[in-house]
Order: sequence, then C-alpha cells, then structure tokens
Amino acid sequence: MHKSTLKRYFSQNLGVVTASLLLIALYVTYNFMHPRGFSTAVAVQNTNEAAAIAFLAMAQTLPVLLGGLDLSVGAVMTLSNCVASVLVNGTPGEIVFGMLATLATGTAFGALNGCIVVYGRIQPIIATLATGAIAIGLALIVRPKPGGDVDGDLGWALTNSVWDFADTYELADGGDAWWLQPFVDIPVPFLLVVLVAVCVWVPFKRTVTGRTVYAIGSAEGAAFMSGLPIDRARIAAFTLGGFFASCGGLYLAIQTSSGNADLQQAGAYTLNSIAAVVLGGTSLLGGVGGAIASLVGAGILRVISFYFRILDIDPLLQPLIEGMVLLVAVSFGAIRTIRVKNKLDLFR
Amino acid sequence: MRISVSNENKPILIASFFVIVILLAGTAYTLSTSGAAPLLSPNYLLQQLQTGSFLGICAAGMMMVILLGHIDLSIPWTLTAAAMTATAVGGEMALPTALAVGIAVGALNGFGVAFLRIPSMIFTLGVDTVLRGLMVAQTGGFAPQDTATPLMLFLSKERILGIPVAIFVWAAVSVVIIAVLTRTGFGRSIYATGSSERAAYLSGIRTRFVTMGAFMMSSLCASIAGVLLAGYSAKAYQGMGNAFLLPAIAAVVLGGTHILGGRGRYVGTLIGVVLIVLLNSVLSIMQMPEAGRQIIYGAVIIAMLLVYGRNQRVTS
Repeated sequence: MHKSTLKRYFSQNLGVVTASLLLIALYVTYNFMHPRGFSTAVAVQNTNEAAAIAFLAMAQTLPVLLGGLDLSVGAVMTLSNCVASVLVNGTPGEIVFGMLATLATGTAFGALNGCIVVYGRIQPIIATLATGAIAIGLALIVRPKPGGDVDGDLGWALTNSVWDFADTYELADGGDAWWLQPFVDIPVPFLLVVLVAVCVWVPFKRTVTGRTVYAIGSAEGAAFMSGLPIDRARIAAFTLGGFFASCGGLYLAIQTSSGNADLQQAGAYTLNSIAAVVLGGTSLLGGVGGAIASLVGAGILRVISFYFRILDIDPLLQPLIEGMVLLVAVSFGAIRTIRVKNKLDLFR
Repeated sequence: MRISVSNENKPILIASFFVIVILLAGTAYTLSTSGAAPLLSPNYLLQQLQTGSFLGICAAGMMMVILLGHIDLSIPWTLTAAAMTATAVGGEMALPTALAVGIAVGALNGFGVAFLRIPSMIFTLGVDTVLRGLMVAQTGGFAPQDTATPLMLFLSKERILGIPVAIFVWAAVSVVIIAVLTRTGFGRSIYATGSSERAAYLSGIRTRFVTMGAFMMSSLCASIAGVLLAGYSAKAYQGMGNAFLLPAIAAVVLGGTHILGGRGRYVGTLIGVVLIVLLNSVLSIMQMPEAGRQIIYGAVIIAMLLVYGRNQRVTS
C-alpha cells in the first residue's frame, strides 16, 4: 500500500484504529495476568461469551449508519433463539433446515422493520420499539417457558476449538490431518463471527446499496438528489440487521442448548449493542463507522468483564465499574468540542 | 359545517377517540362474559389512574427531553435510586433527599448532553448503568430493608374526597409542566431549541442551559414517581423502574410529540398515558397471556403512528 494511502486510511478510521489498539492491549494484558493465559481453553471460553453480543453489535451497526437506531435487535435475537431451540435437532437434514429457518425468521423480521420504516415513514427508534414488543410476544408463543432441545453434537462442535469441531464430525482424520494443524487451536465461535462478517458485511458494504446506507447517514437529501436507491438501502439495512441478530440468537441457542423468551435479557442485549457500536467508533449521527468496528467495540465491552474475574473484584462493584468505564469511554467524544473552530458547528 | 383541525391537535383527537374505543370494546367484552361493566365504574377508573400516575409523571418528564429531540434512558434507575435513598434516609428528609437525587442526576445528564455534546441516547444509558452500579453496591443486590415513610405512604395510598392522592400529585406535576411549557420563556426556549438548536442559539437563547434544565426536570419527575412507587409498594426494590422507560416514550409519542423534537402538546402526553394504562387494564381483564399483550401493545403503537405519526418524504 502506498504510504499516503495508509496515512489517509488511519486519519479516516481514527476511531476504529484506536479502539482496535485498545482491545489488543487490554486482551494481551488480560492473558498475561491470567494464570492459564494464551491457552486454547481461555480463548474458547472468552469467544463463547463474546459471540452473541458481537453478532448483535453488527446488527445494530446498520440502522445506526442510517442515522437511526434499532431497539428491536435484542428482541429479534430472542425470537430467533426461541425458534432455534425448537427446530435445531433431529437428523442432520432437520438440523440444517432448523438453522436456515431460524435465520430466515430473523431476516424476515428485519425486513418487516425496514418496510415499516420506509413505507410507514415512522422514525426507526419508535417503530422498532413497537416491533420489539411484537417479537417478544411471538417468542413467548414459540417458547412460553425457558427450555429447549438443541442437538448436543452441534453444541459441542460449535462452542469449542477447530480440533473439537473436526473430531466431532470426523472431518480431516478427526482433526489430526496435517493441513489442519495450524488452525486447530482457533475457537470456532471466533471463526463464525469472522466468517459472517467477511462473507456478508464486507461484500454488502461494497455494493451500491451498501454505499447508499452510508450516504443516507451523511446527508439524506443529497443521497436522494443523486438518485441513489434510498428506500432499497433502508430496507436492506434493516433486513441485514435482522439477519445478524438471528445469527446471534441461533448461536445463543446452540451455546446454551435452550431458548428463553426473557424481556429483561432482550433489553440488556439491545442496550449493550448500542454501547458496543459507540465504543467501536461508529457515530450515532450516522454515516461513519462499520460492522467491523462494532465487533471491536463488542470485544472491548466483553474484555472489561473478563478483568473482573482475574482481578477478584467484589461482584457487587462490577456493575458500577462497567458503567463508569462506559461513561468515561463515551466522554472521550467530548474532545471534538475542544477542536471545533466555529462554535456553530456544535449545534445542528 | 367543516371542522378544521390543526396538525398539532390531530394526534390528540385520534388518541382520545382510541381511548373511547378501548373503553367500549372492554365494556362489550365484560358485558358478554360476566354481564357487568366494571370498566365504566368511577372507582375502577380512579384505581387505574392511581397506578397510572407513576407512568404519567415519568412521561411528563420524558416529554420535556423529547421536545428537545433528545431522550432520557436513565429514568428507570433514577427512579429506583431516588426511591432507595429516600427509604434509606427516612424521616422528614426522605422526600427532599429523593428530589435532590433527581436534580443531581438530571444535572449530570444535562452536562454530558449539552456541554460535552455526547448523544443523549448513549450518555443517559451510561448514567443509568452507573446508577444501577451504585445501587447494587449500596444494597448488596437485594431489596433494602428500609420501609417507606408515612408521608410517602400518604402520597401514594391515601384518598382525599375519594380521589387517590397520587392523582393529585400527577395533576400538580401536569399543571407545573403546562405552565412551564406555555407560559414561561424557558418553555418557549425548549420548543425553539428542539426545532433548531442553531437558530435558537443565534437568536440569543442559551440552549445549553435550556437542555440542562429539561434533563433536570425529567430526572426530577422520575424521582417523584420513585417516591410514589416506593410508597405504593411500601418499600424500594431493585429494578422497580424498569417497567416505565418504554411505555413513557410510547405515551409521549402516541400523544403526538415529535420524536425529533420541537412539536407536541402536553395534553397529548396525558392522553397517551391514559391510552396505555387503559389498554393494559383491558388486556388484563381479558386475561390475555403475556405473549398476546406484547403483540397487541406493539401493533397498537405501529397502527396509531401509521395514522398520524408519518414523516415528510425526503425530497431535497
């Protein structure tokens, strides 16, 4: 890469670069402090805890890029979680069908959100507040009581390292094939998140529709006047958000081998997803940021909670420290107010 | 004769119409199943309004913030923190302490949003988490043993002339809010700042202090609701405010206040609260399971917004 190109990349992506460096620093320090740091077991456990919120952070990113907010991501995740807890079991064919049906549920719900926002012309934040309630209601119909039956082999294979995955399904000589050796210690949840991000988000961002999402967030009027497909981009953004949310729900079902239509849990996931998006450097005003940045934000959010365990902090103080960290982190956004040259730029 | 209704009043009319529809539908249901019409008895309605007053006061405060185009997500734990400190302090100082907690939280929220220019969505969320952390650290994660003071019990449970005192408190808060919004410079500054902060700033309004004031009123209302709720259940408990955040936003928006700020009347918010309270009570009379309630709740909000909450299409 040419030097000036690199320089421009850093100046344009200052937020996500800072966040990534912070995440790396925090996680490496954590592993040094952990008695069994840098081991597969620790990495597997950590990525398992971070996977669901990572998917949700990606789901929240798209509406935020539009300059809106999706208050239903937690609820759509819960709905998918409950659908998965019913369908993902039985023969391999049934399992695959169940997984596809789960993803389809979330994607369809996201599309519904998009249509209400576009054709109903209702503000996203209030529309998704309402559809979130509908999603929780549907989840309660699918699974009135917590529980479920998710295929055990699948649960084991997807929540451990690559070797365990190969071992479970007797692929690549049960995980002992020579070509698999460089990868055997990678946790599968990490691979899944990266796979979804690289195979879905990155191509989407490069399409006209994806670019339009950014354009709408920056200046909707200008995007409209330039003839960009505004409506299509909006619906696509919410649909993709629903897809990511259902990935999170599916993973949660596989991980816990159950479904739980819990209103509180859905709300907590929604709020954490907003926090993760902001920590990653995506602007709540729209137009700046991306899903990869939100993954980093979700990572930071989770690593902070890992520290509580090794530092032996009083559990009663944990919520307070979590809140303080979040508040201080977002307050760094105030640096903008010092740098601004014209005071009017502060007021929109 | 042609009756013209201004854009501002249309949501209020439709919402009132819907309140009547809910009452009639609920009454038709109870008449057909048990042959009685409890929904129309004044006593039942007063009881519903008594429990609705907590939501009503939260929504009143939330409206001030939404009129600015901001949002206050810290209401649940402001409410809980005020209630918990009030019961912990006890005695005569309980009420002033709770209100002081509210004002302090509001000042913090306002400072972050107005001076640090952090989006209110995320700053108030952070404040909410910090308050939760403070309360968990303070109480050990359990419901505190302290009980509500006699004054708090009086405010939320007693009746004067057959009308619950809580409704009087709600009415008092409403009168203050209406007076502030329509009769004071501060109120007009809120509308101006909500429409366009730039223009308001250029016309000499100190928009940052206006924002701060609105957030302080919101938190103050939440703390009043906290005091009442603690009195109603005779003590404060973890998560007592969780059920108020989203309904409060919904009530304000259903009442015709624009979520991006600058437009809305307080009467609308009142009717929005009544609508949500009645909808909830009719659904519980019908013994609707939680799943159905959530779906109907969401569908009603969407349906009503489709009727009158639509934005202008972007054309330039």
